[in-house]
Amino acid sequence: MDTLASRPNTLGRHFLYVLSSNPVTAIAFALFALIVLTGVFGPLLVPYDPLATHSARALEPPSWDHWFGTDHLGRDVFSRVVVATRLDLLISVAAVSLSFVLGSLMGALAGFFGGWADRIIGRVLDTVMAFPLFVLAMGIVAAAGNTIENIIIATAIINLPFYARMVRAEVNIRRNAGFVQAARLSGNLDWRVLATQIFPNALPPIMVQLSLNMGWAILNAAGLSFIGLGVRPPTPEWGIMVAEGANFIVSGEWWLTLFPGLALMLAVFTFNLLGDGLRDLVDPQRRT
Amino acid sequence: MTATAPLLAIEDLTVEFATRRGTVRAIEQVSLSITRGETLGVVGESGSGKSVSAYSVLQILDRAGRIAQGSIQFSGMRLDQASERTLLDIRGREISMIFQNPRAALNPIKPVGRQIEDVLLQHTLAARSNVRNEAIKALKAVRIADPEQRYHAYPFELSGGMCQRVVIAIALACRPQLLIADEPTTGLDVTTQKAVMELVVELTHERRMASILITHDLGLAAAYCDRIVVMEQGKIVESAQVSTLFQAPQHPYTQRLLRATPRLDSRIRDLLPEPRPAPVFPPHGPPLLEVRDLVREFPARGQTSAVRAVDSISFTVHQGESLGLVGESGCGKSTTSAMLMRLLDTSSGQILFKGEDIAAVPAARFARHPLRGKLQMVFQDPTDSLNPRWTAERSIADPLLRLSNLSRRQRRLRVQELAERVGLPLNLLGRFPHQLSGGQKSRVGIARAIALDPDLVVLDEPTAALDVSVQAVVLNLLADLRADLGMSYLFITHDLNVVRLICDRVMVMQAGVILEHGSTEQVLSRPEQAYTRTLLAAIPHPPPVQV
Repeated sequence: MDTLASRPNTLGRHFLYVLSSNPVTAIAFALFALIVLTGVFGPLLVPYDPLATHSARALEPPSWDHWFGTDHLGRDVFSRVVVATRLDLLISVAAVSLSFVLGSLMGALAGFFGGWADRIIGRVLDTVMAFPLFVLAMGIVAAAGNTIENIIIATAIINLPFYARMVRAEVNIRRNAGFVQAARLSGNLDWRVLATQIFPNALPPIMVQLSLNMGWAILNAAGLSFIGLGVRPPTPEWGIMVAEGANFIVSGEWWLTLFPGLALMLAVFTFNLLGDGLRDLVDPQRRT
Repeated sequence: MTATAPLLAIEDLTVEFATRRGTVRAIEQVSLSITRGETLGVVGESGSGKSVSAYSVLQILDRAGRIAQGSIQFSGMRLDQASERTLLDIRGREISMIFQNPRAALNPIKPVGRQIEDVLLQHTLAARSNVRNEAIKALKAVRIADPEQRYHAYPFELSGGMCQRVVIAIALACRPQLLIADEPTTGLDVTTQKAVMELVVELTHERRMASILITHDLGLAAAYCDRIVVMEQGKIVESAQVSTLFQAPQHPYTQRLLRATPRLDSRIRDLLPEPRPAPVFPPHGPPLLEVRDLVREFPARGQTSAVRAVDSISFTVHQGESLGLVGESGCGKSTTSAMLMRLLDTSSGQILFKGEDIAAVPAARFARHPLRGKLQMVFQDPTDSLNPRWTAERSIADPLLRLSNLSRRQRRLRVQELAERVGLPLNLLGRFPHQLSGGQKSRVGIARAIALDPDLVVLDEPTAALDVSVQAVVLNLLADLRADLGMSYLFITHDLNVVRLICDRVMVMQAGVILEHGSTEQVLSRPEQAYTRTLLAAIPHPPPVQV
């Protein structure tokens, strides 16, 4: 089909249009690309082995040799910050995808079928929301064990209710829309109506939530590591690096916390900016 | 000021809007004036700039809009140069406005009486001590029964007509000199429309105000206005007394508009600008749909007994016949159509379609029933009934994809054939709904409904959201399709003028029961029931015209 064949093209053009119409979005996407590229290629490009200790050059301030200085074991902070990108990105992307998929599924079922499905799912979500979220994540990781999978699962669980509630509301208002009725008349069964008609139209606001959540997920993972419940040393990770560096702030070695902290900030900032751009991208109204 | 001097005079007004694609002129060189005691109708189709003209009088345009040229004089004062502070005093006290959707115009979390008090206090026309009495007086003035009780009512507790009365009460509370009504009765039933319009006209005369009625309905303007201004694409094309306008319309656009407005004696082809031979319908066949004692109950809040939305109705639709179902909102006509379409389960009763009782098949499983494709529907709101993420082609192809065995190529050809049949240009097939006009969207909806060669099509107010000239074209298209394809229609509407044009027989429904049933000619000319007569009397008819 003509229109189908030309769609990737129009989508690509639409992407360029969204970027050009809003410079902030363009910056956000550029930063996001930078972070992803760092995550993928960073470990190949760094000047030092992030785990190699060099006690003779411990706690050196930033210099031409060590751009971000060295830590108390003489490891290169720049290499560690760059290498940590992959792990932090992996944790947040995995956690957010998991909560997006599960949350959307729960929310869509609750919003579409209502009744008992809605009540049961609603109460489960209320139970999750009843805990202080970070404390809940701590509890899950402490109980299940200090592994990367468990950090991902814990982060996914605490973000689940936000998706589920949002999707539920978005699905619910479209449940009896004209085009949904029309799809039923065209011979679509309930599940297909939900999957092809209602859910895609609920996407734009969820996209904003998704990218905001990426930022939270990174902060959350770093926070868990910071209090010793996340990634274990000596693995490079922004949260642990900030935690380890915190001991040295008093003695004046500021670079240990500053650079991983800045990396963390930049990542969160990027994801927050990305939200509006993603929404514009998936909103058909913007495709003129 | 003498009695003949105009109360409001707009001269050479041009309003521009700054948009993504540059500056757009919403209205151009508009001049109009109105004197005390006069009711002026501003008539035009969507996008003609009639609302923008009104908004610029009160200076409540969007931020992107600005007056580029011209002047607005209101009892000797230049409104276009007035400060915001002066305007605050004028809005509501000297010039008031009533809006299209009364429920949206009221604050949902405040009793209506308090909302009237707010206006009175804002303009210091009442003191705290007597404001309540004044508010009750205002409610009384708009003929609200039991105003002391209604004072405490919240908007959601009132019907649409009542809400509009409250809005009018708020608008008139400060005894303004000019009232602007922007489509005040759109979305109201005809009987309510009549009551609201009569109230507005009566109060206008009683208080020697001037009022401007903005509407797309020529019939309504003819019935309640003294003078009519016709607007097209931001310009005034004609301005005349009602009687002159209808006897001798000057501008071709006015003539087209008059033609397209259905009247008592018009036939379907009369609505089109060019004459065409009347459609020839095949003779009616055997019964296609037989409904027997159909009932639908809904559980009522706080009551043990259920509410009967549809109360044991029976009727028959023959093959090739067009049956009208007329009633006001809440009469059960939408529930009936949802049950016939198998979108809603019945409480009891039979729906025999081609001899098979389809009421026995649960609505949730009917999607895969072999008769699904033979029973289709055109929805009321063409925008709402199209998936905003799908192109026109994808929307039309959906029933073919689900319920036919056509290959990809055949589907494509079929979609093109359908588009040609409903008069949708092929280059529009790749567009999304928001890139199509109302008429084009409704064509997409019709093409989708007839894609599977249905035997019965339920048309649920298919032209209610369209401009009259588009309505004329769509009604003719529907008539042509029926003549060519031999389908049966069940035409659900509140507009008796439309029923006259397109239906062979008509049923009048009220409170879940069918009150009256017979040939269109008989029911509309010699109604037996008082309710039918009330409905007929409430329709504003444009006077006969010589075009």
